[in-house]
Amino acid sequence: MKKRKLGRGVAVIGAGMTKFGMYKNKDSKDLFTEAFNETIASVDKGFDPNEIEALYLGNFSNDFFVHQAHWAPMISDLIGLSPKPATRTEGACASSALAFREGVFAIASGFYDIVLVGGVEDMSKVSTEEVAEGLALATVPYEGRVGFTFPGVFGVIATAYFAKYGASHRDLMNVTIKSHNNAPFNPKAQIPFTIRDMMNAKIERAKAKGRPAPQWKDEIEFLSDLSANPPVAWPMHLYDCCPISDGASCMILAAEEIAGNFTDKPLKVIGIGQGSGRGFHSAKSLTSFEATQNAAKEAYGMSGLKPEDIQFSEVHDCFSIAEIIHTEDLGFFKKGEGYKAVRDGLTRLDGPIPINTSGGLKSKGHPVGATGTSQLVEVWKQLRNEAGERQVKKKNLRIGAAHNLGGTGGTCTFTILERR
Amino acid sequence: MEKKIFSDIEYNKYLNKKKLMGSKCKKCGSLFTPPRPICIDCYGTDMEWVEMKGTGKLAAFTCISIGPPFMIEEGFDRKHPYCVGVVELDEGTKVDARIEGIDPARPETIKVGMPLAVKYLHRKKKGEKLTYLAFEPV
Repeated sequence: MKKRKLGRGVAVIGAGMTKFGMYKNKDSKDLFTEAFNETIASVDKGFDPNEIEALYLGNFSNDFFVHQAHWAPMISDLIGLSPKPATRTEGACASSALAFREGVFAIASGFYDIVLVGGVEDMSKVSTEEVAEGLALATVPYEGRVGFTFPGVFGVIATAYFAKYGASHRDLMNVTIKSHNNAPFNPKAQIPFTIRDMMNAKIERAKAKGRPAPQWKDEIEFLSDLSANPPVAWPMHLYDCCPISDGASCMILAAEEIAGNFTDKPLKVIGIGQGSGRGFHSAKSLTSFEATQNAAKEAYGMSGLKPEDIQFSEVHDCFSIAEIIHTEDLGFFKKGEGYKAVRDGLTRLDGPIPINTSGGLKSKGHPVGATGTSQLVEVWKQLRNEAGERQVKKKNLRIGAAHNLGGTGGTCTFTILERR
Repeated sequence: MEKKIFSDIEYNKYLNKKKLMGSKCKKCGSLFTPPRPICIDCYGTDMEWVEMKGTGKLAAFTCISIGPPFMIEEGFDRKHPYCVGVVELDEGTKVDARIEGIDPARPETIKVGMPLAVKYLHRKKKGEKLTYLAFEPV
C-alpha cells in the first residue's frame, strides 16, 4: 500500500467533553456548550475562540432521535462561529471520528490553520424501542428487512466467533468486567461503577425490601444469572451492551508549526486511517472487520509504527464481542486470541496493552455522534498525564490510539496520537 | 422479455414470486446474492440473473428479545424472541434471513453449520405485500 502522509503536521491543542448520561433537561445545544467551554479552557496558554476558522461536527441521527437535522450551522451559531463554515459529518457511530479526520485534512492541506472538531448526539428522549429502530437505520437494508437490530448484528458476529474459535459468552463477561473496573475512575463516565459494585447494590436493595438476597459469589455468577443479565440479542445480554446516552465532545486542531503558541504539550496526529465495510451478505469473514483492518493499515503505514508500538488504545466496544474482534483486527492480538488476552488480564489498566481506560463505550456511555472525539479526549488525557486514578502507569508514555466503528462496520477509523 | 435491471426492487419482486435470485458476471463468473449491477471482482457490467437452489447452512445467528416496531407488531417480545441469521448458500454466497423451525428461546439448541432450506415470509408495509427471506432446518 502507498505510504500515506499529511501535507503538513497537525496537532491537538485542546480537548473536552461532557459527562455522558441520559439528560431529561439538556439538549444537544446545552451539551455542546459544556464540551466547548471545557475545550477552550483546556488550552494551556489560553485561547481566543475567534481563532477558529471552521467547524466539523459529527452527528449520526438527531434527525431521527429529536426530529431535527442540519446541526452543523446550529452549533456554529451557538458558539459564535457563524458565518464561518460548518460541516456535518455522518458515519453512524464513527461520525465524530470523521469530523476529526476532515479537520486534520483541512489543516494538512494548508487551507486552515485552526479548526474545531467534535460531535454530539441526543438519544434519550425517545423509547428504548425507538432508539433500537433509529440505530438500525445504520444496518444494511438486507439486514434491517429481516428484523436485525444492532445488538442482533453483534450477536451474529459473536456466534460466528464462538463457532470458529471455541470462545463462549463467559469470555465476553471478562470484557465487561474489565471495562467497568476502569469506570469509577472516570468522572465523565455514565455508569461509574464496577460490576461488583452493581451486583452488591442489587443484593443490598433486595435486603432492604425484605426479599431473599441473591447468592452471587462473584461477577461471573452475577452475569450468568439471566434474571440479572437478560438476553437482548442472544448471546448479547444486557451487560454486553453499551447504554443509551446523550453527550458531546470536541477538540481544537492546529497546524503543527503554530501549536507551540497554545501549549507546550501538543499531541501530534501521527497516524490516521479509515476503512469502509459491507453487510454480512458480502463480508469475506464474519469474525473480522475489513474496515478496521484497512483503517489500521493506513494509520500504521502513515506512522511507520507496528501494533506493538501502541502503548494503550480506546477500542470501539459498543458490544463486548466488538472489543475482542477489533483488538485482533488492529493487530494487538492474533486472530482467535483476543478473548484469551482479556481473560489473562493483558488489556487491564495495569496490563501490557490497556484497552478502554475510560471504561469504554460500555461504561463511559455512547452518544453515537460524540463517541469518536470522546475516545480521542481520553487519549489526550492519558498522554498529558491528566487521567487521575485511571492514568496508565508506563514509563515514557507517548503513543496512544483510538479505534471507532460506525454501523455494522460500514465505517471504521483508527487514529494514533503522539506526545512530542 | 423485458431486461430487468439488477436492483433491490427487482430482487424483491422475485422474492414476492418465491424466487431467490442472484446475479452472475458473464465475464468472470462471480456470483452475488442479493444481485449486484456491477461485478466487484472484475468491474464487469454484463450480468445475468441466476436462481439459487435455496439450500445452505447456518453461518451465524442471534435470537432477538428487543426487536424493532414491525417485529413487535408481529408479536415478538422479551418472552417471545425471534431468530435471525446469516445463511451460506450451497452456491457459496450469503444472505440474511429469519430462521424458523427452531426454538429462539433455547438458543443453545441452534447450531452454526446446520443445514437449512428457504421459505418465504410476508408482511404488509403501507398496504403493500413485502416478502422477506426465511430459512428452516431441512
